[in-house]
Amino acid sequence: MKRGPAVLTGVHFFNGDVACAEGALAAGCRFFAGYPITPATEIAERMAERLPEIGGTFIQMEDEIASLSAVLGASWAGVKAMTATSGPGFSLMMENLGFGYMTETPCVIVNVQRGGPSTGLPTLVGQGDMMQARWGSHGDYETIVLAPSSAQEMFDLTIAAFNLSEKYRLPVLLLSDAVIGHITERVVIPAEEEIPIVNRKKFAGPREAYLPYLPDEDLVPPMVAAGEGYRVYITGLTHDERGYPSTSPEVQERLVRRLVEKIRRNARDIIRMEERGVEDAEVVLVAYGISARVAYRAMELARAAGRRVGWLRLITVWPFPEERIRDLATRVRAFIVPELNLGQIVREVERCAAGRARTIPVLRPGGAVHDPREILAIIEETFHD
Amino acid sequence: MFEELKRMESTGMKTEPAVPAQSRAARRSHGHVFLLAERCKGCRFCVEFCPRQVLAMSDRFNSKGYHIPIVIAEERCTDCKMCELLCPEFAIYVVRIEGEER
Amino acid sequence: MTEAQHPLDHLLRADRLPHIWCPGCGIGIAMRCLVLALEELGRPLDRVVVVSGIGCSARVAGYVRLDGFHTTHGRAIPFATGLKLANPDLTVIVFSGDGDLAAIGGNHLIHAARRNLDLTVICVNNFIYGMTGGQFGPTTPLAARSTTTPYGNFEPPFNLPALVAASGAVYVARWTVFHVRRLIAAFQEAIAKKGFSFVEVLSPCPTGYLRRNKLGEALEMMRYFKAQSEIRHGADPAEAGIEMGGKLILGKFVDIERPTYQERMRKQLAMFFIEPYAEKVREEIEAEEVES
Repeated sequence: MKRGPAVLTGVHFFNGDVACAEGALAAGCRFFAGYPITPATEIAERMAERLPEIGGTFIQMEDEIASLSAVLGASWAGVKAMTATSGPGFSLMMENLGFGYMTETPCVIVNVQRGGPSTGLPTLVGQGDMMQARWGSHGDYETIVLAPSSAQEMFDLTIAAFNLSEKYRLPVLLLSDAVIGHITERVVIPAEEEIPIVNRKKFAGPREAYLPYLPDEDLVPPMVAAGEGYRVYITGLTHDERGYPSTSPEVQERLVRRLVEKIRRNARDIIRMEERGVEDAEVVLVAYGISARVAYRAMELARAAGRRVGWLRLITVWPFPEERIRDLATRVRAFIVPELNLGQIVREVERCAAGRARTIPVLRPGGAVHDPREILAIIEETFHD
Repeated sequence: MFEELKRMESTGMKTEPAVPAQSRAARRSHGHVFLLAERCKGCRFCVEFCPRQVLAMSDRFNSKGYHIPIVIAEERCTDCKMCELLCPEFAIYVVRIEGEER
Repeated sequence: MTEAQHPLDHLLRADRLPHIWCPGCGIGIAMRCLVLALEELGRPLDRVVVVSGIGCSARVAGYVRLDGFHTTHGRAIPFATGLKLANPDLTVIVFSGDGDLAAIGGNHLIHAARRNLDLTVICVNNFIYGMTGGQFGPTTPLAARSTTTPYGNFEPPFNLPALVAASGAVYVARWTVFHVRRLIAAFQEAIAKKGFSFVEVLSPCPTGYLRRNKLGEALEMMRYFKAQSEIRHGADPAEAGIEMGGKLILGKFVDIERPTYQERMRKQLAMFFIEPYAEKVREEIEAEEVES
């Protein structure tokens, strides 16, 4: 066998996990460290098969803690790196996730969500990690979380996740779920040259001039890799522009504010949504992942019955599209939020609606997706109130 | 005591040749011991493990309040660098001096 | 004589000295031995990376003038694994403490040894958790007092050389910070060794360990290291356990050949792929032939 192509241009019939792995390779990922876990294992399996073909590195680590550690190490060696897991493994990654935000290390972490808490429902769907993805590691930070709704998006958004992580220098999370991970459907992989690739901003100046944490205008500091002669010191401790540890409250203020602001200020560049029928809607369904597909069917049923219902799909869950929800809240009667947890993203919708529109949760703790008729019934209720 | 402390503070990280210049000129030793007094934390490893008893603890202390060693017999120094190797603080080092013709 | 600079300052972030370690702490000695070993080895220092976890010893990554990564508690080895596999040209040295490497990071330690990853792990063993103020750890001797064994430790400690040797390390040595010249030589051998090499460095913790156990100052422990050490190269590491106040068995216990993770990976993959693995394997075989 000869070296295989990194980008499998063509039309495929892939499950979401495989599409995710192919997206990573197309984005330039050449290092994967992981640990087997249902329902994300197929990503590791695909990477184990494909990375050696294209000269990349696959390693199965002793646990998920080690997996993310190795990914962060590989990223500092200058290689795009990824890991994939599900709830229990995601919990184990929280410490190093914080290290990734603090040290501004680009990488991608995929969480194919299953029902929780704890071991929960290993083989069945859930969306219970949405808040953990936002707040799971200790301390203050902002993150980027993308939620794919199809096998095609497992491919597309994995590339987007790498590009965002390289652009803003942080771990980016792809929050999928057991259905999207295992759904097998048409996946179109474009020609390599049609795939936009973002690479981290590198520092190319003289060694003496390099300050590892001196940001540019966009608040993102240029990066170097280990072994390039810059002799960087990288620590999870609060650090100044030189990277040196500091216990000064001013340094903490400057650093943590910047980590948060580099995402908040660029929220418009980061946030993606998809909308249908929102223009004339009295009621808007807000959903993400597999729940968005079910909600779409509910909207179709409601529209067929003459109800002016809109559909807003969160592609970026974090940062949350606050502006859009605030704006809609002044025009619609209610938001209906179906999700496979007992109330996570619905809280954000409610916060942004701030009483100007009702926010109605439609919740299941995972194990099965909603029946569109169940959502339709809630829609009907709002029109009878 | 206060004057001494002030003097030491003002010398900062500067090297302290611990032996008067004229005695250095006269001896036939192979090592010249330097102390970065402000780095010293007074552990006494250099004094204890010098095989030739070149060093002793002094009653002086640096600006952090640590007692520092003093060179008492540099002519005995053979540049073995034991003091330098055992110093956890990178505070003491030995520079080789080519010996006089024998 | 006007040198106002320590001859090793160019290998250190001298602007950060004096360092944070307590008077008499041996970590500074181990750090000096590392930079001296590296300087004498003559490896291009731009390609040497020091990775540490959390704790007193882990601060070394921030004092050496090399690429340094001060990672999360216990995770230096997996971080180093990623660095090394993503860029095999790097010389990757893990420098951390016994609590970091053998307790919270113990699983990574044995798995990296099992894989025989080409890493050098330097473990400063001061018998205690120093940074947090003297709690017992995985190497604290029986009966020793600590803030969390106020009535004496009744948990048997790990014998680290035996642990890593059993896990598959190809180079295992133990020295103390008193045995500086031996330590420098051991670091050089360990760094030059292909595969997983491990050097345990016994070191005094005057604040967290000695004081609570009424063992005197650091100097007392250095005298103990000098008086009670027995150098036995090739000794069975299983017989090198440490008891409080007992004899210390030092030396090079293991120095064997075993294919590294990377070598095995390349050989295995070369059966399936022409490039890049088969190319690499062929180069390696040719290089070996030239040597012999």
